[in-house]
Amino acid sequence: MARLTINGRTSEVDVDPGTPLLWAIREQVGLTGTKYGCGIALCGSCTVHLDGAAVRSCVVPVSAAVGKQVTTIEGLASGGILHKVQKAWLDHDVPQCGYCQAGMIMAVAALLKSKPRPTDADIDAGITNICRCGTFQQVREAVHAAAKA
Amino acid sequence: MITKAPKIDRRSFLIGTAAVGGGLALGLNIPFGGGVVRAQDGSPEITAWVVIRPDDKVVIRIARSEMGQGTLTGLAQMVAEELECDWSKVTTEYPTPGQSVARKRVWGDFSTGGSRGIRSSEEYVRQGGATARTMLIQAAADDWKVPASECSAANSVITHRPSGRTTTYGKVAEAAAKLTPPTNVPLKDPKDWKLIGKSVKRLDTMDKLTGAQVYGADLKLPGMLNAAIKDCPVFGGKLKSFEAAKVKGMPGVRHVVPVGESAVAVVADTWWQAKTALDALPIVWDEGPNAKVSSATIAEMLKAGLDADQAFVANQNGDAKGTIRGAAKKIEAVYAYPFQNHAPMEPMNATARYTADRCEVWVPTQNGEGAFAATLAASGLPADKCEVYKIHPGGGFGRRVAHHDYVTQAVLIAKQMPGTPVKLLWTREEDMLHGKYHPVMQCKLVGAFDAANNLTGLHMRLSGQSILSDVRPAALQEGKDPLVFQGLNPAGEFAIGYSVPNLLIDHAMRNTHVPPGFWRGVNINQNAIFLECFMDELAHAAGQDALEFRRKLMSKHPKHLAVLNAVADRAGWGKPAPQGVFRGLAQMMSFNSYVAACAEISVSGGNKIKVRRIVAATDCGYAVNPAQIERQIAGSFVYGLSGLFMEECTVKDGRIEQTNFNTYDSMRIAQMPKVESIIMPSGGFWGGVGEPTICVAAPAVLNAFFAATGKRIRTVPLKNHGITLV
Repeated sequence: MARLTINGRTSEVDVDPGTPLLWAIREQVGLTGTKYGCGIALCGSCTVHLDGAAVRSCVVPVSAAVGKQVTTIEGLASGGILHKVQKAWLDHDVPQCGYCQAGMIMAVAALLKSKPRPTDADIDAGITNICRCGTFQQVREAVHAAAKA
Repeated sequence: MITKAPKIDRRSFLIGTAAVGGGLALGLNIPFGGGVVRAQDGSPEITAWVVIRPDDKVVIRIARSEMGQGTLTGLAQMVAEELECDWSKVTTEYPTPGQSVARKRVWGDFSTGGSRGIRSSEEYVRQGGATARTMLIQAAADDWKVPASECSAANSVITHRPSGRTTTYGKVAEAAAKLTPPTNVPLKDPKDWKLIGKSVKRLDTMDKLTGAQVYGADLKLPGMLNAAIKDCPVFGGKLKSFEAAKVKGMPGVRHVVPVGESAVAVVADTWWQAKTALDALPIVWDEGPNAKVSSATIAEMLKAGLDADQAFVANQNGDAKGTIRGAAKKIEAVYAYPFQNHAPMEPMNATARYTADRCEVWVPTQNGEGAFAATLAASGLPADKCEVYKIHPGGGFGRRVAHHDYVTQAVLIAKQMPGTPVKLLWTREEDMLHGKYHPVMQCKLVGAFDAANNLTGLHMRLSGQSILSDVRPAALQEGKDPLVFQGLNPAGEFAIGYSVPNLLIDHAMRNTHVPPGFWRGVNINQNAIFLECFMDELAHAAGQDALEFRRKLMSKHPKHLAVLNAVADRAGWGKPAPQGVFRGLAQMMSFNSYVAACAEISVSGGNKIKVRRIVAATDCGYAVNPAQIERQIAGSFVYGLSGLFMEECTVKDGRIEQTNFNTYDSMRIAQMPKVESIIMPSGGFWGGVGEPTICVAAPAVLNAFFAATGKRIRTVPLKNHGITLV
């Protein structure tokens, strides 16, 4: 049994402490916005925030998240108001299939915390998520738009 | 991706819509008046494509699958254009394949591949909208006791012009649904379109931003169990044995079951438990007759085909071989293209619930009817006892169109625990090892010049795999696979853009045990590299500019030439490029669209390529939503350039060696070029959008690399040459 705080709510999850946080979020807590893509921290579809920092939850054991604030895509908007990254994504019609976009948005939201006005080079270095549909051109536009918002 | 599209004639469509009164309603047991087909909420269906709610909300049915390409929005635009409804009130829904079968395929073809979503349904969906508009107007006119010809509709409001009276679609929908649908309602002239051609926002974005969008992998059903699976890693091998007792006691494990002849699955409370137990499960495979096959043995087999006597001919004029024999100058080159996996972000999955008299499947698919057929076959139940619910796919790219192996597996698992829904989700590793791969192909090209450096002959010999032989052998034409020749045919939707006095394009079919599949673009991708890079080689050999050399061969192909000229002009071809920047060109016709690209690259250290800009043009006949077309163009380049630089599935001991993104990489944002799209629809035909442009990125970059370095690269991926994309 481990106690997780996800999007401000506490849940008791009955899993082996080595279970990846991703699967505790998806299967124990039931929040499926965070996606499985590769299981080896390469694609970024499973990106969540752990105490505000972007992590790839497919390789973070549940034990490492105990006592920390976990934020998933479902917790990014607050009070029914979209986060500025989500808003920019909407304005720029960014997602195609959308499967990677939760992870992409979480990665960008974290980037903007450390680099409020990122350069293209900051985006290149900070956003390494895979998108097979190829939304990168719109992602870049929307990151800059979110930074200005 | 091409899959055979059954012809839907307008008559059967209209009969279908006319017959709905006596047909099977979408909704169940809704107690409203007879003769009207009702949606689940009780709202009346006007035609099979249009449901109008009392609050004026318009529900447009979409039979094709939205997998990111924007077809859902585009198709809704087409219906709404003719319907004259208020776009802000439009929502969409998928009819199910079971309902479609029960209603004599009233929604036509569900298959979503071959860049066909819009171009192959444009007429009947517009007809569905136009027919509904006519019925709504008629209902209002009947109510007002005025001639329908005095009434018109706009923005979901019907106006009786002489009196100025108005009503809304929601108010007359009930009456309209009771009318007999008129036949042959004329469609608008394209010049009168207001919504088609407009870059409206996608209808399906919001849920993708909040985590609310449910993908197949996210599905939850009451009492559902989760399955992880391993299929024999050697294609054609079988499951010999497994020791279920070793994992039965692991947390959450409920069942360990064989699946068909070649796979084993662990079924547990959660998927992570199932996967963990599966990893611990001792399995013995019978690897079968293909266990010794390797990339090298496959390459040898293909190489032999390059000079084989027998080949299927697709395009021939004059005497290419004789011209080459007698040529003043002869240029020869051999190219090769590898197996590649689709690697959509969402691995294959399907959820099934089976009882002796009902089998239901929830699946992300590009072809609901294909999933339905797989469900029938695996369950052994008739069509009226099966149903498939399409769930939003996390990418498709052709993997989810012609093959529903994951549906078969899910049903076979569910059959072993009747009444319990089971969600089968593949690991990324399973997805990499059990793809339906981009076919392997080699190509030998020989060009002949006369003494004045005119190209007089060209022989293009393809040697490699046929998708249709494996997927749909009945579609072969006396053994020939016509899809092999995408972009190389004398005419049609994949026509070559050059006239060569003596031409021969043929294919020595060399199939492998590695199963091939439709892969975004498929054969147009390698054919574009073979043809367009060799055109550059010929131009160079002739001492001519690559654009001028092409233009001389393209006078009879004005649409091909127009897109090529467009990218050349925009990129500044013929004018000096910035210091250190080099350009390359390519053009093809693909899925009835004409496409061209000019790539601008720089090269550092001899092997690091930066693709700075790609100017891309497409003439797709009609452009339904230009903003979405731009996204398809840029996105196709991510797929195409990832394939060019990074992606190869190699075979060792009969199995694929790459198991995840660490060995099968994909482009990141840092590597993304600036893509400038030129959308130049010339009208009069409907071309595809999702795939066509993918093919021109790679040859344009390879030709630019030659311009930069003087080196011709003739095999893909470039990582095998030590070349990286930066």
